[in-house]
Amino acid sequence: MKKQNLLILAAVVLLTVLPLWLVPYLGIGGADGELFGGADDKAQQAIATVAPGYQRWFEPLLEPASGEIASLLFALQAALGAGVIGYWLGCAVTRDKLRKQGEAQAPHAD
Amino acid sequence: MHIMEGFLPVDHAIGWSLASAPFLAWGVHSVRRQLQAQPEQRMLLGVAAAFAFVLSALKLPSVTGSCSHPTGVGLGALLFGPLAMVPVGFVVLLFQALLLAHGGLTTLGANVFSMAIVGPFVAFGLFRLGRRFGLSLAVCVFAAACLGDLATYLTTAIQLAWAFPDPAGGFAASLLKFGGIFAITQIPLAISEGLLTVLVVNTLTRFNAQELQGLPLFAGNGGKA
Repeated sequence: MKKQNLLILAAVVLLTVLPLWLVPYLGIGGADGELFGGADDKAQQAIATVAPGYQRWFEPLLEPASGEIASLLFALQAALGAGVIGYWLGCAVTRDKLRKQGEAQAPHAD
Repeated sequence: MHIMEGFLPVDHAIGWSLASAPFLAWGVHSVRRQLQAQPEQRMLLGVAAAFAFVLSALKLPSVTGSCSHPTGVGLGALLFGPLAMVPVGFVVLLFQALLLAHGGLTTLGANVFSMAIVGPFVAFGLFRLGRRFGLSLAVCVFAAACLGDLATYLTTAIQLAWAFPDPAGGFAASLLKFGGIFAITQIPLAISEGLLTVLVVNTLTRFNAQELQGLPLFAGNGGKA
């Protein structure tokens, strides 16, 4: 199980890092502007080509003041989630350990 | 998969909101009932929600040269059933729409439909199907999370193609265009999401075996890992 987990982590890192090297190397998607922009923005551009007359009819109520602020908020979102997962992992591992200790100390409990 | 604020025509925006609303109400009801019956599962539901928070904040590079993010709703759908993930996905999308100008209020219904309804239901359905055919837990979890993620992005492509059919090629040409942007970009990310979900499930079965027994959806169908 531990080996499987390590392999999984390695695969995820590879899947994430490989495109960074592969895309410029093969020259995919380099023609139209910046590399590694958001797919959501690409879709927005595609809408503009399919329906050039389309007018956005509602603006976001609040836009992050800059790209930095946006990344702050995304980091906050990830940190909140990671914090909860870390807390659970700590609890789960400790509880598992205590359970096993309890079983070892009272072998005739059942 | 976020359709930007104001980028769905009014009738589509209203239609998708109306389509998502009953699922949201049903989902809230389902979560409340599950937690009343088993308050000890609160923490695990929190973990499932946290997983969706983390994964949907991570914008990863993909082979098409653009970035997108996983959804993370597959895990919770397997543990608590697809309905439980509707409110969770809704909260994530609302957070991003209000604070990040990522997605939007007018497109919230459509985005909830793709990420919090189609994704979890596809993941859950595939998981049950795979288990019924006796496939191993890891394989089922991977396939469910990975294809559920892809289904979300396909749904977004369909939603946009429906709202913006190509003037020459109609719906099909448009679907090809949006599908190319969303679905193909998503393939490596969906694989990553599947793998990460397997990782969490491995941890769960190792340290939380007792808690998992209390989840009939997950453990019921021969939950022996």
